Amino acid sequence: MSNGPILPLRLADVSFAAGGRTIIDRISLEIETGPSTIILGANGAGKSVLMRLMHGLLKPSSDRIDWYAPERPGAPRKQAMVFQRPVMLRRSAYANVAYALKIAGIPEPQRGALVRDSLESVGLSHLARRSARVLSGGEQQRLALARAWALHPEVLFLDEPTASLDPSATREIESVIKAFDAAGTKVVMATHNLGQARRLGDEILFINQGRLVERAPVEQFFSKPQSAQAAAFIKGELPWT
Amino acid sequence: MSEALSAALALLVGLDSRLVEIVLLSLRVSLSAVAIAALLGLPLGAAIAVSRFPGRQAVIVVLNALMGLPPVVVGLLVYLLLSRAGPLGALGILFTPSAMVFAQSILILPIVAALSRQAIEDAWREYEEQLRSLGAGRMSAALTLLWDTRFSLLTTILAGFGRAAAEVGAVMIVGGNIDGVTRVMTTTIALETSKGDLPLALGLGMILIAIVIAVNAAAHLTRELAQRRYG
Ligand SMILES: Nc1ncnc2c1ncn2[C@@H]1O[C@H](COP(=O)(O)OP(=O)(O)OP(=O)(O)O)[C@@H](O)[C@H]1O
Ligand SMILES: [Mg+2]
Repeated sequence: MSNGPILPLRLADVSFAAGGRTIIDRISLEIETGPSTIILGANGAGKSVLMRLMHGLLKPSSDRIDWYAPERPGAPRKQAMVFQRPVMLRRSAYANVAYALKIAGIPEPQRGALVRDSLESVGLSHLARRSARVLSGGEQQRLALARAWALHPEVLFLDEPTASLDPSATREIESVIKAFDAAGTKVVMATHNLGQARRLGDEILFINQGRLVERAPVEQFFSKPQSAQAAAFIKGELPWT
Repeated sequence: MSEALSAALALLVGLDSRLVEIVLLSLRVSLSAVAIAALLGLPLGAAIAVSRFPGRQAVIVVLNALMGLPPVVVGLLVYLLLSRAGPLGALGILFTPSAMVFAQSILILPIVAALSRQAIEDAWREYEEQLRSLGAGRMSAALTLLWDTRFSLLTTILAGFGRAAAEVGAVMIVGGNIDGVTRVMTTTIALETSKGDLPLALGLGMILIAIVIAVNAAAHLTRELAQRRYG
């Protein structure tokens, strides 16, 4: 197994169609190591589908997605994803994180310390023994982050990790995401929350109806959007929701 | 009628040795059958749940249909297999408890496989993206699903046991209802009733009903507990 980086990720004219509809329409872009990338766009714009394509959960209907060093099937993954609605196994919070480590091929004796460390980093140590599926939405979201944290991924995809969380839970999650960034993980995140995009993002990918309309540094995107759609989106979205 | 009832109760309370022997044989046969059906049926259900192959829908339809197999037909088929001229005649197990276990295993294998396939597939639909995202292969995903649906699977196994314990046609044909050898609760009830000896039949009937109720209560409790504990 190669130990080199898998980034950059290159999308060349990627389209995805399902049910007779084009959901992702000829997107070309490159994702590099470094600052966080935020994917912005209205409901149904194609953000989640785009991230699933990048993460390898969906196959593009046409053209290519290339990682610099593609992962081998069956080998431990160097990328992780936290879904809009996290899925937890019917076992304790602790066991859910340990499970991810097991799949990643981490030997049993090393797992304990990694699990404790990652539960600690999201503030869930006191709930380690609790069954994961009875945790609150915010706690499950943090557990999903802990699961990703334990894996030390090179790239982390986050799909609206704070949708439906209250402001204090949102702040906690955001500080964990910053910690990922500080630890050198490339964060790629979809969000509706413009305030969050500003707080966490370095560059914005703006998606509209399956097309990449604009890509710009955060400040520039918000102060001088280049497209009419982006301008309308910024005006229409309440910054703090 | 009330005489027969009190005689039946006397048999139960006195732990009549004939009655106890029959109950124990029934339990031995049906528990063995359910163990075999679970050993084969759970992996089969899991494999069908997580794999995609041509003809998969047809396999599922057939499997579901086999859940309703009439016990006498299973008995007949197993009889033909095990009879001296049959392909498995050399085993020489016709009219023994082994033949009854064989027949009941075949009877409930589709139940265990079909119900577990459903439970595991529902879980797979929910877990698939997460497990693939973590990098789990098909095999380890299947094992994960088996463990995570363990409570539904236990319910499935109990359903299989209930069906095995209550069927009469298959064990009657392949067991032969030989006194002291292959006589189980259901076949004894059928025989004794036709002979007009009601107390033993009634006593066994009561035990059978108690077992069926206990099995269903256990299934219900399992579901409740799992729901409360694991969500
Ligand atoms: N497997 C699929 N089959 C058919 N249509 C799909 C499929 N997945 C997504 N879609 C459609 O593609 C469009 C984009 O979906 P996507 O989930 O990417 O939107 P989104 O930008 O993430 O929206 P939201 O902000 O609401 O999460 C939607 O109209 C959705 O209905
Ligand atoms: Mg989405």
